[in-house]
Amino acid sequence: MTFFLQLVISGFALGMVYALITVGFVLILKCSNVFNIAQGHFVMIGGYVGYTFLVTFNLPVWASLLLSIVVAILMGLLIERLTLRPLVGQPLLAVVMMTLALATILEGVATLIWGGEYKTYHGVLPTFTLRFGELSIPPEMTIGLMVSVVAVVILVLFFRYTKLGLAMRATAEDEQVVQSAGIRVTTVYALSWVIASVVGVIAGILLGGISGVMVEMNSVGLKTLAVALLGGMDSIGGAIVAGIALGVLENVAAGYLDPLLPAGGGLANVFPFIVIIVVLIFRPHGLFGLVEIERI
Amino acid sequence: MGLPSGTFSENYGQDMAIVRTRAQWALLLAFLVLLFTCPLFLNDRMLTIMTITGITIISVHGLSILSGYCEQISLGHVAFMAVGAYTSAVLCARLGWPFWIALPCAALAAGLVGTIFGLPSLRVKGLYLIVATVAAYFIIIWVVIQLRDVTGGADGMPVPRPEIGSFVLKSKSSWYYLVITIACVATFLAQNLVRTRVGRAFIAIRDNELAAEVMGVNLWAYKLLAFFIGCVYAGVAGALVVHYYAFASPTQFPFFDSVWYLGMLIVGGMGSTTGAIFGAISLRLLDEVVTIVGPILSAVVAPQAAASLALMSRGVVIILFLIFEPRGLAHRWESIKAYYRLWPFSH
Repeated sequence: MTFFLQLVISGFALGMVYALITVGFVLILKCSNVFNIAQGHFVMIGGYVGYTFLVTFNLPVWASLLLSIVVAILMGLLIERLTLRPLVGQPLLAVVMMTLALATILEGVATLIWGGEYKTYHGVLPTFTLRFGELSIPPEMTIGLMVSVVAVVILVLFFRYTKLGLAMRATAEDEQVVQSAGIRVTTVYALSWVIASVVGVIAGILLGGISGVMVEMNSVGLKTLAVALLGGMDSIGGAIVAGIALGVLENVAAGYLDPLLPAGGGLANVFPFIVIIVVLIFRPHGLFGLVEIERI
Repeated sequence: MGLPSGTFSENYGQDMAIVRTRAQWALLLAFLVLLFTCPLFLNDRMLTIMTITGITIISVHGLSILSGYCEQISLGHVAFMAVGAYTSAVLCARLGWPFWIALPCAALAAGLVGTIFGLPSLRVKGLYLIVATVAAYFIIIWVVIQLRDVTGGADGMPVPRPEIGSFVLKSKSSWYYLVITIACVATFLAQNLVRTRVGRAFIAIRDNELAAEVMGVNLWAYKLLAFFIGCVYAGVAGALVVHYYAFASPTQFPFFDSVWYLGMLIVGGMGSTTGAIFGAISLRLLDEVVTIVGPILSAVVAPQAAASLALMSRGVVIILFLIFEPRGLAHRWESIKAYYRLWPFSH
């Protein structure tokens, strides 16, 4: 039982980080209909940027976080303006290829600047281990959980109660109507990329605290595809629920089934993709997504 | 497709013909002769590059039919190559079958697995289908690694070289001839497929799925057929890869290769057989440039610059094409041809 609870708790913390990354992904998809496969690469860049500020420059945590967010904002603006703006109105494949190409460029940049090495910043983030009976919650997870919850709550409040948030939700609904109402759609697009980049970078710093930073970190971006799909592509609430669900399921499945499999299992890495196929066959619009009805 | 002035079509057959004039026939034959005499005057390194490019072209033709003509975008193409590769490798190495029987089996196996993973295409499309093919990639590679007793798992397995009687295909030139022959046949079939009823159905599905269905195109059959044909090409290419290297391992089929195959379609031009060839050649050439420039950069800038350049170069090229020439090299090629045909009266 302890083993099970331990798996659930660590899965929950992991799932919160998934949720955070997926929110960025869903946001861009909703607002600008762009399928951002490079979301995982934002996470990787975030991890390395966090490393630079926390370890290389040895700054306090709050300053590092602020500076990382500034870097993230610049990155988001730059990417949107240079690569995605010219593709407005282009077919789906062009946009998907653009984000894929972007992913390799971000990977190349990370290799160039940080040498693509494995970096850790254990002990830099504050530590406190929570204990409930036999269960122990490692400090990185507590921090990860807290920051993700705060970030997600801020985002939800932003969308519900600010004018810009309303504009973004309206753009997701119908671009043309929004434009005729006097809202600059390009600003909304840029903002969606900035938010996605910021949440990606924050998630990267959190993941970096849990398991270190490396280039392979970006594979988390492909896992968020499963989270987004399960939550129903266009639902932010769905992304959060699905993120947690997937984190827990993945951890539990890997914990119990990996020892039974030959070749060391590795189920945690393939589990999200099995979920994708199952969701696509049985419930293509996910848990909370809108069902699209097509008319000629 | 433009024609020199004075060449008119008098019936449908003439209008549909690919090679129209004597000059075009002469150029085509000269090109084929040149292609098949390459080993006489090129060194081994050049032959290796051309052989690998040939295998890539075969694979990209498959993706061109699936994603370029039918617009069922697949990011799992490499996984279907892996299916063909491992089918052929296991049949040859474990069961001792000859390569010439294993190759069609590999093509068939890849086609069937591709069709199975194409099933979601009946319910979902666009973004969702892309996700399904990504999932297909990871599941297939995971299965390959798990079946350690059959496939050698993550360590890989040795694969025998193909033989004709007592002649073993080992030299660079023999492989060149094998691959170029298959690539030419593949190009011929791909170019002709898209002019048949099937190809027109694919194009109809690409342009508007609902309209195609209303017109009487059986979406169910044609989408699965597109997956089958595309993956058959992938299977052949995959089998060639592992037999060429005489070794099969999951690392030969990295996820991002699927992306590069799509990138080749972008650079070459979507929905065009020549585009697939142009794309494959140009991105392969880019790799060669990178292997030459990379070490120089490493020495001048930083040790990791070569690795970084290798990662970024293709991404940058694809982005530039997407922004400045979304119709790809094939379109540029056509406009250059038109320019020279019409010169000096371009209007």
